[in-house]
Amino acid sequence: MLIQRVGNWPFTNQLSGFSEIDRLRNDLAQLLTSRRGRLGGEISAGVFPLLNVNEDQDNFYIRSEIPGMTLEEFDVTVTGRNVTIAGERKIPAEDEKVRYHRREREAGKFRRQFNLPSDIDNNRVQAKYRHGMLMIVLPKAESSKPRKIAIDA
Amino acid sequence: MMTQTQDIQAREKQEVSSASEQTTPGRMFSPQVDIFEDDQALTIVADMPGVPSENVSIDLQNDVLTLTGVPTVSTPGQEDVVLQEFDTGKFFRQFTLSEVIDQAKIKANLNYGVLRVTLPKIGPAQPRKIQIAEG
Repeated sequence: MLIQRVGNWPFTNQLSGFSEIDRLRNDLAQLLTSRRGRLGGEISAGVFPLLNVNEDQDNFYIRSEIPGMTLEEFDVTVTGRNVTIAGERKIPAEDEKVRYHRREREAGKFRRQFNLPSDIDNNRVQAKYRHGMLMIVLPKAESSKPRKIAIDA
Repeated sequence: MMTQTQDIQAREKQEVSSASEQTTPGRMFSPQVDIFEDDQALTIVADMPGVPSENVSIDLQNDVLTLTGVPTVSTPGQEDVVLQEFDTGKFFRQFTLSEVIDQAKIKANLNYGVLRVTLPKIGPAQPRKIQIAEG
C-alpha cells in the first residue's frame, strides 16, 4: 500500500503522518456519507435549531441541541408530516456589577419547521428533554410502513 | 417592560483539536461560553448539550482551566440517517486564568446542558511590614 510506504519513510514522523491521513479520510467519509440523508444533498437549512433526523422501521427520531431551556419555553407541534420546533431561549441576567469578558451564548426566539418524508401517527408522538438535548420520537403511520405483499401464484 | 428579543442564528459547532494526543477516538467541539467576573469571583458558563453531570470534568492546574464534557450517546445502531446537521462529540475548552483562584472553593453546577463554574478569587494579599533590623 502506497500510504504505508510513504508513512514509513521519515520514521520519526510515522505516527503523526498517519493520524493526519486518518483524519483526512474521516473528514472525507463524513462529507460523502453521513451528511447526506434520505432527503438528498441538503447539508443544513441554516436555521436554529440544527436537527439530526434518523429513522428505523417504526419511528422517526429528531434530535436537537438546545441547552438551557425549561420545558415551558418549548413549543413543539406536529401537523400531518410537518414538525415545528419553536421556543425562546432565555439567558438569565447576571448581577449588574459583573464585567463580561466573553459572550458567545445566544438568547432569543427560534422556530424551525421540518417535513418528514412520510406520514406519522400524531397521537403517539413523544418528546423528551434531557441534559439540554431535545429528542422527539415520531411513530410512522401504519399506512406508510412498508408492507410485504404476498404474491399469488 | 418588554425586552426586544432577536432570533437565534444557527451556528455550526466549532471543532477543536487539543495540544496533547487523545486516548479516545472521536471528534471534539468547543462549547460556547460566557465569561464574566466581579470582585469576588470569575464565572464561566458553557453550553454542553447532551452531557450528564457525571461526565463533566473541571480541572485547574498551573493557571490553566480545562473543561471537558462527554455527551451520552443515545443513537442505537439500527437507525438510518434522514438528515444530519450537527455532529456529536466531546466538548473541550481551555482557559488560562490570570487571577489567583481559591481552588478549594470552586463551585460548579450543570443544568439542562449548561455548565456554570464559579471560581472564587483569593482576596488581595495583606501587605506585610518588614522590620529592618539595624546594625
